[in-house]
Amino acid sequence: MAEESGPILTANGIPLKVSLERSMRQNKLKAVGLVSVPFVFLVLMFVIPIIMLLVRSADDRLVNDVFPRTFEAFKSWDQVDLPDEEMFKAVVLDFQESKPSERGRASSRMNYAKSGWRSLVRKTGKKVKDVTEGPYKEALIKIDKRWANVETWKSLAIMESDWTYEYYLNSIDLKQNSDLEIVQQPENRRVYNMFWWRTFLVSIQVTLFCLILAYPVAHLLATLPLKHSNLLMICVLMPFWTSLLVRIVAWMIMLQQEGVVNSTLVWAGMLSDENRLAMMYNYNGVLIVMTQILLPFMILPLYSVMKTIPPSYMRAAQNLGATPSLAFIRVYMPQTLPGIGAGCILVFIVAIGYFITPELVGGKDGQLIGNQINYHMRNSLNWGLACAMGSILLIGILALYWVYDKIVGIDNMKMG
Amino acid sequence: MSAEDILVSFQGVQKSYDGEQLVVKDLNLDIAKGEFLTMLGPSGSGKTTCLMMLAGFEPATHGEIYLDGRPINNVPPHKRGIGMVFQNYALFPHMTVAENLAFPLQVRKQMNKAEVAERVQKTLDMVQLGEFGNRRPMQLSGGQQQRVAVARALVFDPELVLMDEPLGALDKQLREQMQYEIKHIHEQLGVTVVYVTHDQSEALTMSTRVAVFNDGVIQQIAAPDVLYEKPDNAFCAQFIGENNTFVGEIMSVKGETCEVKLVDGSVVTSNKIDAASAVGSRTTLSLRPERIEVNPSAKSKYANAFEGTVKELIYLGDHIRTVASVCGNDEFIVKIPNSSEHASLSVGEKVKLGWTVEDCRALDA
Repeated sequence: MAEESGPILTANGIPLKVSLERSMRQNKLKAVGLVSVPFVFLVLMFVIPIIMLLVRSADDRLVNDVFPRTFEAFKSWDQVDLPDEEMFKAVVLDFQESKPSERGRASSRMNYAKSGWRSLVRKTGKKVKDVTEGPYKEALIKIDKRWANVETWKSLAIMESDWTYEYYLNSIDLKQNSDLEIVQQPENRRVYNMFWWRTFLVSIQVTLFCLILAYPVAHLLATLPLKHSNLLMICVLMPFWTSLLVRIVAWMIMLQQEGVVNSTLVWAGMLSDENRLAMMYNYNGVLIVMTQILLPFMILPLYSVMKTIPPSYMRAAQNLGATPSLAFIRVYMPQTLPGIGAGCILVFIVAIGYFITPELVGGKDGQLIGNQINYHMRNSLNWGLACAMGSILLIGILALYWVYDKIVGIDNMKMG
Repeated sequence: MSAEDILVSFQGVQKSYDGEQLVVKDLNLDIAKGEFLTMLGPSGSGKTTCLMMLAGFEPATHGEIYLDGRPINNVPPHKRGIGMVFQNYALFPHMTVAENLAFPLQVRKQMNKAEVAERVQKTLDMVQLGEFGNRRPMQLSGGQQQRVAVARALVFDPELVLMDEPLGALDKQLREQMQYEIKHIHEQLGVTVVYVTHDQSEALTMSTRVAVFNDGVIQQIAAPDVLYEKPDNAFCAQFIGENNTFVGEIMSVKGETCEVKLVDGSVVTSNKIDAASAVGSRTTLSLRPERIEVNPSAKSKYANAFEGTVKELIYLGDHIRTVASVCGNDEFIVKIPNSSEHASLSVGEKVKLGWTVEDCRALDA
């Protein structure tokens, strides 16, 4: 036919594709309009903050901005002998032309690279305005003899670039020495690996406990007649309607040394008064309370999957000769895998970043990486490190998704 | 049937779910080996409950069920060795077709791997799905899933196969095709089939015997032709096939026949079926629409001949469905076969309608 060679035309001679586009334009505009508001919100409130978090975790321009001449001179230094007069002059000029507050912030950063920088900058800053002419070398060394130490100068190498992975190294107990080699932190400063390991352990255990507790509950919810399952559903959702603090305090009342559980055990004679169990302000307390708080996140996805499995599958399996337990393992459980996957990922992700519960009931050996991020955000003001830790969490979670997608397939997941 | 022919026997079985209402009332039923027995009835008549009790998913509240002479009330479902095709097939979605079929063989642990694979292939070939072993049930069409379900219920060689409305989810054409296929498989293998349906044409097509359920009681159990041509009571006559009814009062009884006076005063001579009816008692007359002759030529052939008015004509291809008003019944249906010399009628026309004593059955009120 003739039409086959050229584009297909409509009755009035316009190409079909153009005509189709025109007829669909109205709908397209409507769809774009409806989506635009949440899209803008998502970008402003979610995408941009995450990008800024990632940028800040690697941003190292602070020092370079305050000491531009110094780093310019640093480039031509051989890094073996003490620098020449030019570099000392650059330092003095940088000092004289920067505000003390800027220097203060920069010196905090410099202190991460080599301890001592903060006091050196503060001390130098106070006296540097008296230095009006050369030789600058002697003048600076006169102010503080640390300026005569090559190591002090060499540590500038770590700060030279605009970007750094120093924070990432720090968050896993590594650092760069002044020769830019990656080495372990000194023994007394290795802390974070322990927190990472503990966070991972707590999250895995909480996920496991939640799965064990949630599975029978979800099964009951999915199979009970409606009037009973409604009541049970309310019991499951009740914690959602109660403030997190109230729940944690309730657990404190239950679990502390003089608490309900210990007192009951002592009263029943199962425990002597001196041997009251320590179930709070330690690792166990975090496990117990987090499991309870995160339980609904496991129950709901499991329930929504189990609800879709008709009872006829179990019947069919038994009819075909499988004992009830075999029918459960071979027919029922494989079909709940999407729910198990979704629940485990959900609980694990929430658990890995948890910090309120460990803060309140964790005591000394129940603090998690979330508490460290909180500490560096609010107390030590080392935002770079906090952002790096946050980024590691984010990357870890994305990696988890990726693995899940490879093994089970993400489109199999049912969130509830 | 003799005692050794009986495969399944329900004896005095009653079932209640809530302790207030009986869903199955005193069921006594023997099913012979090799039989295709259909339990037919409207929803809520207790037919599916009977099937579930036989499969072991519902306990009988009272009475005993025997399988091959053994009481099975306390035998769990997985030890009964009964195959079953479920309403929505219940094919395991996480297993391939072949894995579904291998499942009953694997859990029985009586065969090695090679034997299992061979048996699975043989059974798939039987239902013409030999190529589909590696597909998932979801990748098959409704009819193919149905065949897999049948194959899975047969693969472990059960003596008895239960089918719970297995064709309900298929469209009409496919349903008819599957009816023949299941019927042929039954004839080939000689297994005993208990089949539950609410579709009367399905029951008539496939069964050796049909048990009509209503209100927890078997109304009649008979071969399809007997059931259609000689219904025992008004429910069966109404439920199976199309049926014209008249309500009237028995005026006289003469041996096998009786004369019935209808509401409008006309008197119909009919075959007396309901033993309880005596002179003066009320009765329902049942008459199949295809057993009525329009404008009968020889009046002597028909004991009953009345004048009626044609109210509606519906052309259905193979026959013309005529609605007429006769003897006070405004919805009297006559099926006129579309033969070369059929009577051509028009709406409003007055016609003579005749039928024999044998075709008109006086049943319970």
